[in-house]
Amino acid sequence: MKRRFLPWRFLVVLGLIVISLFVVFPIQDRIRLGLDLKGGSHILLECVDTPEAPVDEDAVRRVVEIIRNRIDQLGVAEPVIARQGERRVLVQLPGVTDPQRAVEIIGKTALLEFKDETGKTLLTGAHLKNAQVQFDRLGRPVVAISFDSEGAKLFAQATTANVGKPLGIYLDGKLISNPIVQEPIPGGEAQITGRFTLEEAQNLAILLRAGALPVKVEVIENRSVEPTLGRDSVRAGLRAAVLGVILVLAFMVLYYGAFGLLADLALLCFVLFFFAVFIGLRATLTLPGIAGFVLTVGMAVDANVLIFERIKEEFRAGKTWRASIEAGFQKAFRTILDANLTTLIAAVLLFSLGSGPIKGFGVTLSLGILCSMFTGVWVSRVFVDLFADRLKMRA
Amino acid sequence: MEFIRGTHINFMGVRRIAYVVSIIFVALSLGSIALRGLNYGVDFAGGTLLQFRFPREVTTEELRATLGTMGLEKSVIQRFSPTEVVIRTPKLSQEDQNRLAALLKEKFGSAELLRIEDVGPAVGADLRRMGIVALLGAIGGILVYVAFRFEFRPAVTSILALAHDGLFVVGVVSLLQKEFTIPILAAVLTVLGYSINDSIVVMDRVRENLVGKKRSEDLEEIVNRSINEVLSRTINTALTTALPVLALYFFGGKMLQDFALAILVGLVVGTYSSIFVVSALWVDWEKRRPRRR
Repeated sequence: MKRRFLPWRFLVVLGLIVISLFVVFPIQDRIRLGLDLKGGSHILLECVDTPEAPVDEDAVRRVVEIIRNRIDQLGVAEPVIARQGERRVLVQLPGVTDPQRAVEIIGKTALLEFKDETGKTLLTGAHLKNAQVQFDRLGRPVVAISFDSEGAKLFAQATTANVGKPLGIYLDGKLISNPIVQEPIPGGEAQITGRFTLEEAQNLAILLRAGALPVKVEVIENRSVEPTLGRDSVRAGLRAAVLGVILVLAFMVLYYGAFGLLADLALLCFVLFFFAVFIGLRATLTLPGIAGFVLTVGMAVDANVLIFERIKEEFRAGKTWRASIEAGFQKAFRTILDANLTTLIAAVLLFSLGSGPIKGFGVTLSLGILCSMFTGVWVSRVFVDLFADRLKMRA
Repeated sequence: MEFIRGTHINFMGVRRIAYVVSIIFVALSLGSIALRGLNYGVDFAGGTLLQFRFPREVTTEELRATLGTMGLEKSVIQRFSPTEVVIRTPKLSQEDQNRLAALLKEKFGSAELLRIEDVGPAVGADLRRMGIVALLGAIGGILVYVAFRFEFRPAVTSILALAHDGLFVVGVVSLLQKEFTIPILAAVLTVLGYSINDSIVVMDRVRENLVGKKRSEDLEEIVNRSINEVLSRTINTALTTALPVLALYFFGGKMLQDFALAILVGLVVGTYSSIFVVSALWVDWEKRRPRRR
């Protein structure tokens, strides 16, 4: 009965192969790599209460906005800025080569204050309109700032009141410059000179432009990988995966002869279909994900091992080849289902381990198990049926 | 090519020896977990891990001396490659991380920061909780599955084997003082799935052979025959799974090496336990308190 539909089944397999080839290639453009493979930063921030600024709903929302502004100025392609739970903000920056600078810019409160000699705050960065890096006469980088009209008024008052005295410029409570006021400054423009390096000046300008965070934030998790290290991981993972597939292919042919060759065809289909579905689902490949894939390659042929062993047994028990094949596929199915379901239970639970790269392991393992059941049982059956009359296995 | 064909190994005959071996293994594992403990990685313990690349080979002593100037001489220093080093410290603030990077740069000419894993105590606690949930969930899921799938006695012995295998893998991780990280936890979960699967294959065959048993056969003979019948499958599956994992261990890069090792250990012990724990305990149980069939 099964053989009657054989041409159709074969066409389905061929069709799936063609579709998958279109989906998968060129693979380097199609597959999405995780931050651990392409490099980048995964930073989790938490808003914390301070006596001056307790955290509330509105503050967290503004934190997300301001961090987004800051990251926009960093020029990162495809960043992720998402709120997590009540007080946490997740920031993902693909391809960032200098994670420490990113953390500096994201995590700083950046509260700018102008204080007089007595420590009284006369003006804050809230009245800032713009901030830019310029160079002074000696070529040193300085940050030129301009105030809005309200700020300009306050700044004029502050400078008028403090002629001949120092006017401290504080960032997050730290004194960064303490110039002596020469004369009142009415135009709402000023320069911050603080012996900056160019990068420090640029960072400060970004922070001031994006505005100060309304509450203090702390970096509670930072996972960053430099892009070249990520590339090394991809290369090593790929090498292991290719080698793993070759070893399994060789084992099956050596052990099961012609049947092994058919199992190998099914395994190649598995690899192809796996990546087609993976790409189709827009899943992200991580380093543990590669490990999960490598693991399923071995398990993918388990179905065929079970089936072939069963076929041998049936044949030894005196059945014809046809009947043995039929019985082998049928009787092994229950075991295959069991084997895959138990691993699937473990794999699915890995999803619960948060958003980290390990989730990628759960994804590839689960997908690999589902995919391999299809190729190991159904696709390999098509191949076996195609060649059934010409096949002989030493039993 | 065929390794195993028509074997008649008397597995059940040596089960007493296997019990002793298993008890020693489990005792060693428990002892190591209790005495040496688990070397939790930053995921679970919190802390800061920094990987640097230097322009030349840097000795551990040089590094330790430099770290000492910041009071970090007790950090864990691991060599990743001749010029690359992984430094693990208690949680460092952002300023201290920058200071450390600057210090190393000054001392060794350049210090390229390749990887940061910085986990605060709150996140570490979250991950620990999630890890326990995942572990309990996996065990619970497998228990439910086994309850539906098996009769009572093989279910119990399979679960004992599951505990045996899980403990053994964790014990090896503890004994070798490998870092217990999320990937290692993932490996343990995978091993649990594999262990049950192997038990099912063996016990299914036993059940099948019990139905059509020959008059003269006793329990040990039936179990032996069953194990021998599925032996080539058991070994081939272990081999086909082990081959890619071996490739991962040797060629997959340093980051996946411990993971691959844990899986390999699990494959070996999982295969062993399906024969010498699951089936053997079941035989002894049935012999002591035979159940009417």
